[in-house]
Amino acid sequence: MIAVLALAVGVLYAVGTYLILQRKLTQIVIGLAIMGHGANLVLLMAGGRAGRAPFSGTGDAFADPLPQALALTAIVITFGVAAFLLALSYRSWLLRHDDEVEDDVEDRRIARRANARADAG
Amino acid sequence: MRVLIPLPIALPLLAAGLSMALHRRTQAQRALGLGVLTASLAATVALLVRVHAEGPIAVHVGGWGAPIGITLVADLFAAVMLVVSAAMVLAVMVYSIGSPRTADHALFFHPLYLILAAGVSSSFLAGDLFNLFVAFEVMLSASYVLITLGGTRDQIRSGMTYVVISLLASTFFVTAVGLIYAATGTVNMADLAGKVGDLPAPVRDALGLLLLVVFGIKAAIFPLFFWLPDSYPTAPTPVTAIFAGLLTKVGVYAIIRTQTLLFPSDESGSVLLLGIAVATMVVGVLGAIAQDDVKRILSFHIVSQIGYMIMGLGLFTVAGIAGAIFYIVHHIVVKTTLFLVGGLVENATGTGALRRLGGLLHRAPIIAVLFLVPALSLAGLPPFSGFVAKLALVQAGMDADRYFVVGASLVVSLLTLFSMTKIWAGVFWGTPDEEPPLESARGDGRLSVPRLMVAPTAALVAISLAVAMSAAPLYDLSRQAAEGLVERTPYIQEVLGP
Repeated sequence: MIAVLALAVGVLYAVGTYLILQRKLTQIVIGLAIMGHGANLVLLMAGGRAGRAPFSGTGDAFADPLPQALALTAIVITFGVAAFLLALSYRSWLLRHDDEVEDDVEDRRIARRANARADAG
Repeated sequence: MRVLIPLPIALPLLAAGLSMALHRRTQAQRALGLGVLTASLAATVALLVRVHAEGPIAVHVGGWGAPIGITLVADLFAAVMLVVSAAMVLAVMVYSIGSPRTADHALFFHPLYLILAAGVSSSFLAGDLFNLFVAFEVMLSASYVLITLGGTRDQIRSGMTYVVISLLASTFFVTAVGLIYAATGTVNMADLAGKVGDLPAPVRDALGLLLLVVFGIKAAIFPLFFWLPDSYPTAPTPVTAIFAGLLTKVGVYAIIRTQTLLFPSDESGSVLLLGIAVATMVVGVLGAIAQDDVKRILSFHIVSQIGYMIMGLGLFTVAGIAGAIFYIVHHIVVKTTLFLVGGLVENATGTGALRRLGGLLHRAPIIAVLFLVPALSLAGLPPFSGFVAKLALVQAGMDADRYFVVGASLVVSLLTLFSMTKIWAGVFWGTPDEEPPLESARGDGRLSVPRLMVAPTAALVAISLAVAMSAAPLYDLSRQAAEGLVERTPYIQEVLGP
């Protein structure tokens, strides 16, 4: 089971990373959410062998509840911030009818300088 | 007296809730905010006195004992940071009330600001890694909303960068917490201090580097700083000032805390940190020189200055870390002041672009004075606080035979002075190349400078002068804090019991 979970974590991180590198904000939000799930799975795996319930049974028979509590907290936080990001991307769409992430000020300035040089030369 | 520890977190949080309920009554919100922040400043000062006299104090929230429960720990380093941050939060609050064109009236500015204050305090007090993560999230969630307050197109653009990069760092943080728990079975920092040492060296290094990346993004060290100069300047001035003064320094605090407590240096670790320090200093200051807007220049300087703090840590001697702590205290005060002055300029003229400004020396001499002191202090000229801080770092570097780093830090100081003179020449001397945007700012008349904006700025200038005047006792305090960080046992014993 641990191997399957580890593989799942790898896939989630890979997909998340790919999506975060895109320019559409909606894709970035989804990528961050997926990566957050990967991180929560890491927390869950940190609790030991999969398939046992916390607070049930005795001795080694039950799973460590602490990482599960941590994962719950992390899920709530990721959920809240993802909602805020979606609101932000909606606002961006209202303002520009586009959800591409714009170049920053510096990038634009450098691009302008390169264009000016190309025109002169 | 243990009740003092949760106060800097609980007071602003409770007040935030109350302030939310008062959201149509700005006056009541202001009174509440000022009262609570003053109270929490008093609590932090009392805590500092107490910790200074008796050593670290820990509180186990809810009565659950150390490695399992939530632990809040105040050692000398944390107490010093708490006092400085509480003072800054209060001063910037007064400034935001006094400034006519900022976000004070915006819906939920006050509750968010108080939540931010609570998050900063709880980051300093967090005794376990996961609690530190939660504290970071409290602080960052408030900052996400504050930085986009107003919702203009520029704010949305830069706010997105900020939110996405912070969220990415948070995801790494959760991953790091999970991996550390899997490797050691605990997230309590005092408990980890003993257990991390037993791990195989490669695992320990990997975990240390992962945490360094996480906090490095928040602290804006090279090469993880790109988000900062773009996102900070677009926010309203009080927000930018408090972000510049406190948020990155919370990252630096976390780096110093984890690197000294969990991963005390071997030789390779400190060389890496020193390399990062030099790169951060140099790249930051070169970026600043290339800019032509007051807030953007200052934003790049934040990056450059972070390098000095990392340099102190990278030396891994008591003198080095003491220098870093002194530097952080000086930097928080001076940087906040400079951004507030930048806000005064923008308030009077409507712009921060150097080519549209000029001649403010005669038209608003008070702004010129308020700018000159922190600017020279930032560059490290005697007799200001920056000189003492840099002297401490340079001496520590010489003692550790790190001449290259010391040389780089001195060259960067010179370049800092150069970019400060650039602001001085652009804003205070000469005449503007283009007309400033505000109608009232054209011509040669006196510019309006609201008193409630000048008062807190002047108070901060006075504090930075006081830091320079009382350099000897303050340096002793930093030295004791650094000794506590290097020694580790008092901290660990207070949390886990002897």
